[in-house]
Amino acid sequence: MTNVNITNIRPDFALITNWVNAKAKVLDLGCGDGTLLTHLHETLETTGYGIEKDDSNWLAALKNGVDVIQMNLEEGLSGFEDQSFDTVILSQTLQAMHNTESIVQEMLRVGREVIVTFPNFGYWRNRMQITFGTMPVSKSLPYQWYDTPNVHLCTINDFDDFCVQHQIQVIERKVITGGQDIHILPNLMGNLAMYRLRKHGA
Amino acid sequence: MSESNSVGIVKAQVAHFTQPLTLKSGAVLPQYHLTYETYGELNAAKNNAVLICHALSGNHHVAGRYSPDDKYPGWWDNLIGPGKPLDTNKFFVIGLNNLGGCHGSSGPSSVDPLTDKPYSATFPVVTVEDWVESQARLLDYLGIDQLAAVIGGSLGGMQALHWNIVYPERVRHAFVIASAPNLTAQNMAFNEVARQAIITDPEFFDGDYYNHGTVPRRGLRIARMLGHITYLSDDVMGEKFGRKLRHGDVKYSFDVEFEMESYLRYQGDKFAGEFDANTYLRMTRALDYFDPALDYDGDLSKALRRAQAKFVVISFTTDWRFSPARSREIVKALLDNALPVKYAEVTSDHGHDAFLMPDPYYHNIMRAYLEQIKV
Repeated sequence: MTNVNITNIRPDFALITNWVNAKAKVLDLGCGDGTLLTHLHETLETTGYGIEKDDSNWLAALKNGVDVIQMNLEEGLSGFEDQSFDTVILSQTLQAMHNTESIVQEMLRVGREVIVTFPNFGYWRNRMQITFGTMPVSKSLPYQWYDTPNVHLCTINDFDDFCVQHQIQVIERKVITGGQDIHILPNLMGNLAMYRLRKHGA
Repeated sequence: MSESNSVGIVKAQVAHFTQPLTLKSGAVLPQYHLTYETYGELNAAKNNAVLICHALSGNHHVAGRYSPDDKYPGWWDNLIGPGKPLDTNKFFVIGLNNLGGCHGSSGPSSVDPLTDKPYSATFPVVTVEDWVESQARLLDYLGIDQLAAVIGGSLGGMQALHWNIVYPERVRHAFVIASAPNLTAQNMAFNEVARQAIITDPEFFDGDYYNHGTVPRRGLRIARMLGHITYLSDDVMGEKFGRKLRHGDVKYSFDVEFEMESYLRYQGDKFAGEFDANTYLRMTRALDYFDPALDYDGDLSKALRRAQAKFVVISFTTDWRFSPARSREIVKALLDNALPVKYAEVTSDHGHDAFLMPDPYYHNIMRAYLEQIKV
């Protein structure tokens, strides 16, 4: 695998590393150029695969030595057996999924644990922009309303409700802003939400 | 013509084998020969060999030309050569004509040394398994224990896959391109129509046409025309020919009226003039019979349990003869065995033929992966 400079790792990637066991078998959905998988492999000796739809990302992942499968997540994870991975990761992609509900269910089917991260739409800066009458545009939501791939943005409260409704157990939740942990008023103060999940009773 | 990255002028070689080969059918070939070509140099460690497995109508002439005025280079010349994705400065590339072929290896049209006449219809039916076995013996003959890679498209991909079932320790990397774990009923139906076209040709004489001084051209021609329809996508046919007329307006006849007809007839005629009908029958049968999961309760994952290579599986979006869904079946079996696999679904208009085209994304994948292989 290619050497990845740890200081250049996205803060959420660094935190994801804390939620993955050594030598775990990991599936990274929307793996991009494979930076996270490469990092996990180097730090925790994980094995596993990435899934990536985009040609140039796919090729970049290949060049990083990642075992990458080109497919569209919207079609589910039909090629993957039940509970065949220790951890399935979906980082900052949930909001761009059309079949949001089914991909979370699919992840819980394939993985013993699931890590989901997404930009918190309830973050105060987003709320401010709405209050002043425009759609939020920020570092974590860098798109204009007319060219955004994001179709299912949600707040931390929304996702908490989603988990309750779908009998999903939240093992751990972390809310961060600019790399800092947020403990007070997370739905207002948090920019990025990270969830470690499993099926209830699993 | 500037061909700085060509393997240049090449020459076919022949390897003779006198150790009998028992085929899957039970028939025995007491002796046989394989025609092959190589490009690049086998290194001292003998760990840079790449085997190219050909598809239905392919052969050992994979790259380069036989003479400077040779009209066409080998069939996968766009992939193979110095500086090309499969770089012959690094790899020692082997192409062979499979048993039963008609381009120099033992086959129906070659002379049976026991009778001094063409084998004709007596040449046995050969399978993918038989080919892999004969390829393994060719490697022994060349002094190669282990392949850096085995690469095949379509029927060639089936051979590449099968290598990992029978000789897993002899393969480090396997490329299974535009292929399938077996044929669908529809796919076998196309093969049956093609064979019927040949077998019912009055010039076929039960396969003994060499001794009757005839060639079942009509049957071969129709078989190839049918094949070409299935190798192209509807879109690319529409783009290439559409409803374009050959002569500007219709003639109310059964001569060539549409450009598409002209193309199919040209392809059919060309093929009928250079390919052997008995070989065509056997190649299509090899496709039909290939089903490695059959011996493992229909479970491809079990069939691949002993595999240890790293895999690259590639499919093409408009390939309906070997659709991406079929490649994903292979990928699933590899995932079930936790084998390293990279799977790409290349967006292409070219249908099944796409695996022979120099699509930039496709060739970038080949190049990037092959560059990573250590030799």
